[in-house]
Amino acid sequence: MNKRADTSNLLFQSSEWNFNTLYRTYDAIKEIAIDELGLDVYPNQLEIISSEQMLDAYSSNGMPLIYRHWSFGKHFVYEEHHYRKGHRGLAYELVINSNPCITYLMEENTMSMQTLVTSHAAFGHNHFFKNNYLFKQWTDADAILNYMEFAKGYIARCEERYGLAAVEPIIDAAHALMEQAVFRYNRPPRNSPLKERERVRDRLEYEERAFSDLWRTLPQRKADEDPTETERDLSERKKTLNLPEENLLYFIEKNSIILEPWQREILRIVRVVAQYFYPQRQTKVMNEGCATFVHYTIMNMMFDKGQLSEGNLLEMLHSHSNVVFQPGFDDPRFSGLNPYALGFAMMQDIERICTKPTAEDRDWFPEFAGNGDWRGTLLDAWANHRDESFILQYLSPALIRKFRLFALEDETKENHYRVASIHNERGYESIRSTLARSYDIGVNQPNIQVVDVDFRGNRHLHLQHTVRDSIVLDEHARSATLRHVRRLWGYDVSLVGVEAGSDKTLYETSSSKLAG
Amino acid sequence: MPNFIDRRLNPKDKSLSNRQRFLRRARVELKRVINEKISTEKITDVDAGHAISLPVSGTSEPSFSPDRGTGRREYVLPGNREFVLGDRLPKPGAGGGAGAGKGGAADLELEDDFRFVLSREEVLDLFFEDLELPDMVKSSLKEAIAFKPRRAGFTTAGAPTNINVGRSMRNSFGRRIALRRPKQADLDAIADEIAVLEAEAKPSAVSSERLAGLRRDLEVLQRRRKLVAYIDPVDIRFNRFEPMPVPNSNAVMFCLMDVSGSMGEREKDLAKRFFVLLHLFLKRRYERIDIVFIRHTHQAHEVDEETFFHSTQSGGTVVSTALEEMRRIIEERYPSRDWNIYAAQASDGDNLTGDSENCVNLLNNELMKLCQYYAYVEILDERESAIFRSTDNGTSLWRSYRLIGKNWRNFQMTRIAKPGDIYPVFHQLFAKQPKTAKSG
Repeated sequence: MNKRADTSNLLFQSSEWNFNTLYRTYDAIKEIAIDELGLDVYPNQLEIISSEQMLDAYSSNGMPLIYRHWSFGKHFVYEEHHYRKGHRGLAYELVINSNPCITYLMEENTMSMQTLVTSHAAFGHNHFFKNNYLFKQWTDADAILNYMEFAKGYIARCEERYGLAAVEPIIDAAHALMEQAVFRYNRPPRNSPLKERERVRDRLEYEERAFSDLWRTLPQRKADEDPTETERDLSERKKTLNLPEENLLYFIEKNSIILEPWQREILRIVRVVAQYFYPQRQTKVMNEGCATFVHYTIMNMMFDKGQLSEGNLLEMLHSHSNVVFQPGFDDPRFSGLNPYALGFAMMQDIERICTKPTAEDRDWFPEFAGNGDWRGTLLDAWANHRDESFILQYLSPALIRKFRLFALEDETKENHYRVASIHNERGYESIRSTLARSYDIGVNQPNIQVVDVDFRGNRHLHLQHTVRDSIVLDEHARSATLRHVRRLWGYDVSLVGVEAGSDKTLYETSSSKLAG
Repeated sequence: MPNFIDRRLNPKDKSLSNRQRFLRRARVELKRVINEKISTEKITDVDAGHAISLPVSGTSEPSFSPDRGTGRREYVLPGNREFVLGDRLPKPGAGGGAGAGKGGAADLELEDDFRFVLSREEVLDLFFEDLELPDMVKSSLKEAIAFKPRRAGFTTAGAPTNINVGRSMRNSFGRRIALRRPKQADLDAIADEIAVLEAEAKPSAVSSERLAGLRRDLEVLQRRRKLVAYIDPVDIRFNRFEPMPVPNSNAVMFCLMDVSGSMGEREKDLAKRFFVLLHLFLKRRYERIDIVFIRHTHQAHEVDEETFFHSTQSGGTVVSTALEEMRRIIEERYPSRDWNIYAAQASDGDNLTGDSENCVNLLNNELMKLCQYYAYVEILDERESAIFRSTDNGTSLWRSYRLIGKNWRNFQMTRIAKPGDIYPVFHQLFAKQPKTAKSG
């Protein structure tokens, strides 16, 4: 600490930032991140934006560009109202999973905040995006920005050609099915998305070029001309439908008879966006934990090197501790487990277990307790887990005690909650698995699949909702969504709720029974 | 090398078109909310920006979502202090069913409490929607304050059309003198001399030396001339204009309304729209507008806006009392040489027998001389409107007022049954400049 008097190493002193200090600081951060922490990142592109632009970015899901739709306007007026009223502040940064990785920095941040935010987003999140298996498998960072540009242009062109009134309902309906528009279990069938897109575009263009009005005048083949052939055709088709199918939007896009090519392409766009965000929703705790741990470690190392003054460090620590603040369940400020707090605590805990394990830790984590290599252990965890598996694997009894976690059972019919487990020897395992399950989107989102299509008769589409823990769907929203499905499918759609395990039918509803 | 990009100067309103799409989508709901606001709010506040609380119907985004009131769940929560295994905690809101709604709190809030602010422009668009105003009128009402550019000195930047040639040339001249720009005449003199020397058949040593010297001088002068331009961007001056608000004077608006039992909610709502429209018009023209509310039954009182619209009084109907009251107030507080006086009267046409004559006298002899404009609306039942619309027939007040309409061009009257009927009363007001609307 005696060295602190020497200020020659300091990267900056005033709280005002300018591009020179930003460059200098970025280089210092990069040195630590790459050489000492061993992070592996996409090239960075840091963009300074104003608060209005941040609000714009909020309302477009954090994408720099997105197609036009009223729902984004709705989010915008909502965010804007709350911001102007002072109900909530804006984020200090926003980061996009793309290559190069785009990070938005707010112009009103102080230089200390810019340092914190650069290490958090441009290195923490960036490393996570590039290395986590979910992102690697499911998202295409190289193509996303181009794709969004294509999507925006494509939908704008559709609006021009077919009219807003025709395009908007399709997007509305597709948005309603966004939750059911991802491949959860099997990999998306893709033959290089870029090429695929070009193929579709080429086909459409070819159709337009080759369009000849003469074709319309040719006599159509009669439907019942060759029944055996049609029958064979149908059975073959059913086999290729690959049922049951969890990705409703994908199924409709490929099999709906009433959709025009451009409508299919719009469904596809919505589906691609949903799939792109799916990994982020599964890795909130890890992603934020990783980024928070990275910025915390980097800023301490920078301080040790004499690159930051005590004042800067204190400012950073102040906002750091705001971010990882976890109020208790009975605190008025409580709004669920804070992913930053939980994630950061777990990363720190892993570091502790690697370097200073207790007997208990050695018992619970024989694979890595005391191995001394916390960097390697963390890098490995970041690369190969999602929230659910990460918590199941790494949540330690020490941390459960620290957070004083307890599990609560909520049976809707009862008037009481029941405490199912607390932070004691008997409870650790079950708290850990319960918490892990609560981060499993596959369990928490309703599981709805296409089970059958009656192509030979009235083209009725059969959906099945597998009901777990007797949690059924909100009826109002269910009817509204079903109407959207009907619009896309063009024929009747029915939804059956079946209890998991017992195959008992809990409810049955059909679009033909819904009014309007 | 990181790539820093300064995006702050990029356009900000990326979400504007999405916002407009959303408003279009929510139009029906918004209209209902705005109409509600118009009937409850003060006349002067109608065109302020409004915070709108919007129910989500029509703009909801449904999806298959779990019903919070069903099933069995397990939560993990932090901060346990006293619980042990098997403890039972009463649920908050003992109504049961509702469940805890944990984790979903944010979404719920989004659905219930959807508030945002509409701009003045957007509010007026919605307000004008069923008034059936011509577009010209709409745009002139929305125009906030009229500015007129006025000359205010000179500036170094501006549009080419605003270049002040005299001033620019004066600067150029001064600069040329200060930097000693060689004159064309000097150059010509040297060039001539060179030509003479060059023409000599046998140049002596002196003259060839002189020639070389002259050439050097010429070159220097030419370079100097090139460096010191005739007109330089620093010379240019532009005329500067400053937007000056058009000088406005004061106006007072009298709202007269019959509040006897026969005026119900619907009648009052129509009357209010009528008053709002007049107020919007005046607001555009005048810097300061006072509004005076006079309600009357068989006697008239000046009241505040709240009482004016929301309380009823029992009694007969004597319209002239309101006119008397108005005259008294004008005499007391609003001398007509300082104030532009506008009056709007709404009534269902009932009047005490014989009193209509008094009204005509009062208006003809006194009030119409003072007023810039007097608008009268008679509010009809939807069913009556078909019968009465075109005829001269009608209530005694209507028949009497028609006489005034013939004498005074700034007196307008109409019968209305729905919002779209209001505008014709103001037709003249909007069609002409205020000075021509004076009594003729």
